[in-house]
Amino acid sequence: MLYIFCPHCGSRSQNEFAYGGDATVKRPELNKEVSDQEWDNFVYLRKSPRGKHLELWHHISGCRQWIKVERDTSTHEIFKTYKADELTE
Amino acid sequence: MQKYSVFSLIKNAFSDHQNWEVAWKDPTPKKEYDVIIIGGGGHGLATAYYLAKEHNITNVAIIEKGWIGGGNVGRNTTIIRSNYMHDDNALFSEFGMDLWRKMSQDLNYNVMFSPRGIINLAHSDAQMNAYSRRGNSMRLNGIDAVLLSREEVQKRIPMADFSDNVRFPIFGGLMQPSAGTARHDAVAWGYARQADSMGVDIIQNCEVTGFDVTNGKIVGVRTSRGDIKAKKVGLCVAGSTNILAEMLNMTLPIETHLLQACVSEPVKPLLDHVVTFGAGHFYCSQSDKGEMVMGGDLDGYNSYSQRGNLPTLQHVLTEGIAMFPFLSKLKMLRTWGGIMDMSMDGSPIIDKTHIDGLYLNCGWCYGGFKATPASGWTFAHTIAQDRVHELNAGYSLNRFNTGDLIDEKGLGTKTWIS
Repeated sequence: MLYIFCPHCGSRSQNEFAYGGDATVKRPELNKEVSDQEWDNFVYLRKSPRGKHLELWHHISGCRQWIKVERDTSTHEIFKTYKADELTE
Repeated sequence: MQKYSVFSLIKNAFSDHQNWEVAWKDPTPKKEYDVIIIGGGGHGLATAYYLAKEHNITNVAIIEKGWIGGGNVGRNTTIIRSNYMHDDNALFSEFGMDLWRKMSQDLNYNVMFSPRGIINLAHSDAQMNAYSRRGNSMRLNGIDAVLLSREEVQKRIPMADFSDNVRFPIFGGLMQPSAGTARHDAVAWGYARQADSMGVDIIQNCEVTGFDVTNGKIVGVRTSRGDIKAKKVGLCVAGSTNILAEMLNMTLPIETHLLQACVSEPVKPLLDHVVTFGAGHFYCSQSDKGEMVMGGDLDGYNSYSQRGNLPTLQHVLTEGIAMFPFLSKLKMLRTWGGIMDMSMDGSPIIDKTHIDGLYLNCGWCYGGFKATPASGWTFAHTIAQDRVHELNAGYSLNRFNTGDLIDEKGLGTKTWIS
């Protein structure tokens, strides 16, 4: 069982959360010419690192806020959590 | 190579089975090979076997970080099927079914292929319509498919929950009678033994630490047992593809996720088929030892850990009990996990790369085991001829660029949900 520290609610079990994927993926800017390659990179390509991974989680059975979680993908250790709009280190 | 037969079995019984030949050797890596296959799992071993058998390329090494067959070929639920709707998947898998039927004879190794049939349960009229469509697509591609009514399903699996007051009543199902199971370890060992006998070096406990690429061409790999030169290199490392891709500065349309499976204590034979639950993600078959073999959802977040988490297991088994209530009476014997390449459209990649002489075989999602022979066969062709075969032409790396996705389930890029 993962225990995730929600910055709004405190430590809760993973059962309250839904996963939202890689949080480092950036959508190409609006109102700017976007090449096919840039769009494909955004939609499909993922680093999927072994080790530290910054990811989105949705506290869907809690405060329903999206948060960012820095977690190790091989040990599942959670280092730090952030509010969705908080800047990460 | 010593031929396995009933006669060799009797002969060796007289010497207490002390004089069997080793099934494969433990060679020291040479300085150079024509082809290096990275990954000694089912797909890697099959690729080396077909390189030797179909293309006469025997100066080949398989490099494996751990021991052969210790990854997903030893961690799956042994299901073999070709019940796909899209042409690319259907024709590829059905080609594989032919190889499965001949495999024990071909490899002189009993892989215990058991075509016991797979039944996908339907729990609504809409799902029956969808299965009817899929079944018709399968038949157009020459694959056997039978649409079963509720009564016909009940005749085959009377232990399923057919009571009146259930959340997901069984409306019927789609059956592929020629689908089945095989002994997964035997597949790895059978391919390894034959490949070894034709001159392939199987090098275990040898981790790849880097690649040598000169002027856009692969020239060798760096390993924990020294640098090895190679004209061509093939990657068959599902679960670790992203780690090797990073060494090559490649970013792939793949995420790595954890999938669990489990078996119950053994019981007397009661389930003749492989059965999948249609209202969630759960499937079940009974092994020859009598264990119920079960699996279902991914753990749901990127993971390189080969151990699972209990909430997912509980969720999966809840679905299992909804389908087969008797499962709640059984004790769990073992649970385990394997790490999957989850591709962004749910279909695999077997292709060349932008690096000359480097070939990619990855993205198998849930379906790697059944693809073992067809994957090895087509990957060997792709490496030997330096061009894809028509069977794996659809499994290209740039389909995500061109939009030619093979989205069998149409679930999009949230790989942990699909």
